[in-house]
Amino acid sequence: MELILALAIGVLGGSGVWLLMRPRTFQLIIGLSLLSYAVNLFIFSMGRFPVGAPPVLAPGTSGDPAVFADPLPQALVLTAIVIGFATTALFLVVMLAARGLTGGDHVDGKGRGS
Amino acid sequence: MQHLGIASIILPLLVGAIMIPLEDQKGHWRAALGITSTVLLLAIAITLAWQAHLGGGGEGLVSVYRLGNWPAVFGIVLVVDRLSALMLVLTAVLGLSALVFSLARWQRMGAHFHALFQFQLMGLNGAFLTGDLFNLFVFFEVLLAASYGLALHGSGVARVKAGLHYIAINLAASLLFLIGVSMIYGVAGTLNMADLAARIPEIPLENRPLLEAGAGILGLAFLVKAGMWPLGFWLPRTYSAVSPPAAAIFSMMSKVGVYAILRLSLLLFSNDAGDSAGFGGTWILAGGILTIGFGAVSVLATQDLSRLAGASVLISSGTLLAAVGAEQVAVTSGALFYLATSALSIGALFLLIELLERGRDVGADVLAVTLEAFGDGDDDDDDETDEIGVAIPATMAVLGLSFLCCALLLAGLPPLSGFVAKFAMLSGILNPEGLGGRVASVSPGGWALLVALVLSGLATVLAMTRAGIRSLWATSSRSVPRVGVIEIAPVLLLLSLCVGMTIGAGPMLRYTHAAAEALHAPRDYIRNVIGQKP
Repeated sequence: MELILALAIGVLGGSGVWLLMRPRTFQLIIGLSLLSYAVNLFIFSMGRFPVGAPPVLAPGTSGDPAVFADPLPQALVLTAIVIGFATTALFLVVMLAARGLTGGDHVDGKGRGS
Repeated sequence: MQHLGIASIILPLLVGAIMIPLEDQKGHWRAALGITSTVLLLAIAITLAWQAHLGGGGEGLVSVYRLGNWPAVFGIVLVVDRLSALMLVLTAVLGLSALVFSLARWQRMGAHFHALFQFQLMGLNGAFLTGDLFNLFVFFEVLLAASYGLALHGSGVARVKAGLHYIAINLAASLLFLIGVSMIYGVAGTLNMADLAARIPEIPLENRPLLEAGAGILGLAFLVKAGMWPLGFWLPRTYSAVSPPAAAIFSMMSKVGVYAILRLSLLLFSNDAGDSAGFGGTWILAGGILTIGFGAVSVLATQDLSRLAGASVLISSGTLLAAVGAEQVAVTSGALFYLATSALSIGALFLLIELLERGRDVGADVLAVTLEAFGDGDDDDDDETDEIGVAIPATMAVLGLSFLCCALLLAGLPPLSGFVAKFAMLSGILNPEGLGGRVASVSPGGWALLVALVLSGLATVLAMTRAGIRSLWATSSRSVPRVGVIEIAPVLLLLSLCVGMTIGAGPMLRYTHAAAEALHAPRDYIRNVIGQKP
């Protein structure tokens, strides 16, 4: 399981970084999305990754932290997803505006021809 | 009184939220609401600074606000100490000036300017107040989201193109922020800054590389914001493209990155931090000096006034970073004074440039320099002989004097507060043990910083003189720009505050010195936040 997760983060992150370096805004936004998936998984894995453990205590018990999943990274991931979602949407709008103004989807606004 | 800290976040949030659905064709209500809220923020910030400096029986007070009254390690805390209070005051002053300036023209150039502006203030205030790393991320996103909107305010091809780069870079930096935060959490198991500082000495040796990697990645996110070389190439381009009121408040935003570095490096890696003590200091010092160098070269190379201001932001960021990296109380104290001076004067410069450039052709500067380079600029001397003796119009005199003040402040020449700031930093470098103390040798990094500070001042003088001659003296053919009182007043306010800081340099330096001492000995901070002795 650790290996699959590590590979997933690596592949997503690597593809994301490669796409981020590309000159088209569409590739840029897909790259940013992939990177944010990788980062979200990474945050998740920082909670020590016990499989199938509940994050919330059963009523009336105090519980041993070792048998519970850490709820904080889950809360962090949730916040990061929401914020990432909003900023990606905003970025899409700017991309559309840039496309409308420059007539191309090059990140430097060089237009279709270049 | 204890709710004042949270009020400086809630107030702009509420006011901004009310403005969005407000039916207001002419924009008077929004403007009135925005100004009222910002004036209140200024009052709150000054009260907080007063409390932080003179509260607790004149000793200064670190007041902690626990949201929902949860104990610090579990809940989120807001912490007001001298440094955050100083940053709040600067934010409010710059915000007020930019807002008043925008009332003349810029507020009508696009939708929701005032709401975005309030959210920007909210994000800035929150980032300065929070005592929790993840909360810092949230406030960073708030201020960035608002700044994306403000960067595009007024639209136009140049702004959208610069905005696209700006947003892409900052989104990537936010991801770095998240990676850093989660690595630190994975090692230390806490995100509360004070708790983290208390736990770092106990972290086992085999986990330290992971912790330091996390802190380094987190630092990268802040350095992108601060514009450290080689992470800051986006900065002059964006800052020169955005509308002047937005640029003025953005000059505060690059200070957020510096603030986070200052706060975290001194808190987490203080002398108590065991093996990690002083982590990253050398890198920040070297990066800061390189940024000063890059900023100085771009100041000299630039042909256009707003680029000049953008490059000055780089110099100021570099100076602050290098001073933080020097890790001496006296240098940090001078750097805080410099921070206040440079934030106010760069803000004033951004506003002033728009007034100077009004009524002239786009690209006229570039043309002028190109002509100079080809020795072709002075052919029309004959036509200008009858201009001699023409009185300088009052508007131009005021603008020219303001520009002169900006130049003196940014270059750090006497008599204004820029000089006091640089003098305080240089004396801190040369006397590591304090004035009158043991004569200690100055480290090589200290010498490098000293040289960089002096040379960047020289570069700024040269560039500002050239720009001033070109835009104020050598353009007798141009029309005098129409400048409203409401537009020049904020510039004069910012500059007169700098003059005030020059006159009141003694008390001001006492404040920054106390702030710097508290930063370098963070035990009080930690004890206040956690509520017990670490």
